[in-house]
Amino acid sequence: MKYAYYPGCSLEKTQRGYDQSVREIFKILGQELIEIEDWNCCGATMYMSVKETVSLAVSARNLAIAEKMGLDIVAPCSSCFTVLAKTNRILNQVPEMHQNVNEALSESGLSYSGKTRVRHPLDILVNDIGIESIIHKTKRSLNGLKVAPYYGCQIVRPEKGFDDRENPVLMDKLFNKCGAEIVYYPMKVRCCGGMLMTTFEDTALKLNKELLECAQKHQADIIVTTCPLCHMNLEGYQDRINEIYNTKFNMPILYFTQLLGIVLGLPESSLGLDSSFIPMPQKLKSIMEVQYV
Amino acid sequence: MDNLNFQSAGYMSKKEVELRRIFLEQVNYIPAGERIKRCIQCGTCTGSCPVSYAMDISPRQLIALFRAGEMETIMKSRTIWICASCYACTTRCPSGIKITDIIYALKRTAMEKNYISQANQVQILANLFVNNLMKYGRLHEGTLIRNYYLKTSLWKLFKLIPLAKKLYQTKRLSLFPKRINAYHSLSKIIKKAQEIDLRITAPPLEYSPEYVGYRTLGEMKLEQRKGE
Ligand code: SF4
Ligand code: SF4
Ligand code: SF4
Ligand code: SF4
Repeated sequence: MKYAYYPGCSLEKTQRGYDQSVREIFKILGQELIEIEDWNCCGATMYMSVKETVSLAVSARNLAIAEKMGLDIVAPCSSCFTVLAKTNRILNQVPEMHQNVNEALSESGLSYSGKTRVRHPLDILVNDIGIESIIHKTKRSLNGLKVAPYYGCQIVRPEKGFDDRENPVLMDKLFNKCGAEIVYYPMKVRCCGGMLMTTFEDTALKLNKELLECAQKHQADIIVTTCPLCHMNLEGYQDRINEIYNTKFNMPILYFTQLLGIVLGLPESSLGLDSSFIPMPQKLKSIMEVQYV
Repeated sequence: MDNLNFQSAGYMSKKEVELRRIFLEQVNYIPAGERIKRCIQCGTCTGSCPVSYAMDISPRQLIALFRAGEMETIMKSRTIWICASCYACTTRCPSGIKITDIIYALKRTAMEKNYISQANQVQILANLFVNNLMKYGRLHEGTLIRNYYLKTSLWKLFKLIPLAKKLYQTKRLSLFPKRINAYHSLSKIIKKAQEIDLRITAPPLEYSPEYVGYRTLGEMKLEQRKGE
């Protein structure tokens, strides 16, 4: 299958590990990603603007270009994914809004009929490609690795989407089949605070401390994530959490696509694993040394 | 009678009427927004909220206050700014109320009416975000964060140096923002959308300003619950 790829602002540089690993695993699984030419920011925070046409039009520009390409969008960032999907829903449910947005889009010769589907890579991997055909291509087993799957809050909400809203299981199933042990992780959809790390730092630090604590308590070796913002909060602020709460967290955080890339036998460098702040656990390093064809 | 400076039950100040008008206009844009009428004050939203402990008014209380004709208290609250938009409340509300979107509507109302909240750093960040997007078409995180802390706390900016260093070492720090090529066509879209926003005044939900409480929204229709 071919998809219109929407990396989003964080994946361009700050979270290049996610970008690289998404591209690599799609390639090795025979899927084609074509980056949306000149995509613009989906305008997440613009939903706070006084009236909505601006924020809807900004994100709809991307939907319109993808529609022209005749492809569905793949958006790995949970935030972009939620915003683009929400725009889609509003345009399909509120005709006046749809009309207004099209009026704005026509200024640059675009129009959007509402057909583009917005997909998350996890959904495509598990529900379209299927765990069985992925397993077919694996080169390594995650045997002995204990994984805490963290979905974050946006990927399965607010509307019923591709996985359960309270207890999503797609990553659990996927990595379980890859040989990993999925630890009990009741905080899998508990919010990390997102942008609160900037605006209400204390509150966000506490939320992230709880997420790390829960993973540690259940003896996870790593946490896997699906969203650049959660990733940044859990990884980039671990030092600060240790400083404030007097803890000693040293929890490696990997994107689920990086972990899957390892299983598929891809080399460390092509998965952007060199960009992690916290080194991989020994168990995972040993797994990477094995290569059975 | 007009000179009475106390408010009797069932009477709303002009300010309150105006705030309700703007808010209800916003609610009207939310698909199934009218479900706000059906709150049963069960508190599931508050119980599900990961940050309710840090709020001054709980999500359940927001709806109670709205019904009671206390919009101004809501406008001045910390709650609407600290909400992380995680949708936990919306997912669990037994009445299908889109609380997260309602809180967005409250934020917009507060911004339109210039309520400077206790926690106005959220507005600072939102404004910088919008400027950044308007200027480049994409968000440049480095610029956004730097400008934000320049406005709010130099000390915190200073404390971010170790993180910036790590990003640099792992080749994840981009120093300069870059404009997208289609920048001009994006600006045209935004400009037009702004014009449209100015001319929109959606008909507000039906309500009777002379009443507070459950009757503010007129008779409740028991329409079928669609979707979901
Ligand atoms: S959600 Fe964030 S990363 Fe995604 S496009 Fe919007 S601003 Fe950029
Ligand atoms: S968990 Fe945090 S970063 Fe992830 S989607 Fe939710 S708010 Fe955003
Ligand atoms: S969960 Fe829904 S019904 Fe219950 S108090 Fe909150 S908004 Fe009202
Ligand atoms: S969306 Fe806001 S109010 Fe609702 S649970 Fe999340 S943080 Fe709390």
